[in-house]
Amino acid sequence: MTAETNKLDPHQWVQAHADYLYSYARARINDEEQARDLVQETFLAALEKSKSFEGRSSERTWLTAILRNKIIDIYRKKSSKLVATDVLQAEEEQADFFNPEDGHWNSQRAPQPFGIDDYDPLAGKEFNQILMKCMQKLPALWMSVFTMKHIDEETTDVICAELKLTSSNFWVIIHRTKLNLRACLQKNWI
Amino acid sequence: MEALKKITHNCKHATLLIEKKLIARLTLREKVFLRIHLFGCGVCRLYQQQTGKINEMVRQLFHSSVQDVKLDDNFKKDLQDRIEEELNKN
Repeated sequence: MTAETNKLDPHQWVQAHADYLYSYARARINDEEQARDLVQETFLAALEKSKSFEGRSSERTWLTAILRNKIIDIYRKKSSKLVATDVLQAEEEQADFFNPEDGHWNSQRAPQPFGIDDYDPLAGKEFNQILMKCMQKLPALWMSVFTMKHIDEETTDVICAELKLTSSNFWVIIHRTKLNLRACLQKNWI
Repeated sequence: MEALKKITHNCKHATLLIEKKLIARLTLREKVFLRIHLFGCGVCRLYQQQTGKINEMVRQLFHSSVQDVKLDDNFKKDLQDRIEEELNKN
């Protein structure tokens, strides 16, 4: 039995995959125009290397991988500029959440119960918008780390290597991202 | 007593370990720290519940891919034209 191989059909690409790729990019890049450009670049790059498509994955998976690499390039460019200032800012802000002496919650920043505790994910479209908004407020590097970890489910080693982070930077960023995200949700929950 | 206080008061470290635990394995030392801390700290127990739920919701949001972002039709038409153009070159 021969395995079925997938074929490329560039005449149908836009209709079949453009919206998907665009929403993939928008979820990871907080810039409409850049996301649009990325979709275009992805198709053009795909045409160029269409000979290397071996049909082992689906057309969409193959296109998404090309897009994903382009997004990581952008993250990488941003992160090399941002690591120093971002992490510094993170550590300064930490004083807001915790007592610098012993690390105890500052009482006004301590988590409180809010709608999330009995939230039913299937019910809430409004909530998704709040979540998106809170995520988009994150600094670019934090957003990159967060999406690579939680959406793409990359391993920590891969993320650190791709973004040139030390493992302790990585944990500071993960920690800070969640503290901020949680606080933002608590504040904006209707 | 002083050593114990370092554990029970340090919510900053406890929340870091809570995040770490969601992604990676904690060392034995970290596990012990977290267990002692959470035993006495209701606020961090609440944090742990909420942060775990946030992860779940983020994953669901993106994997359900029910996002309402779409490209506009003109852009798509131009894009397909551009692709056809490239195809004809070869």
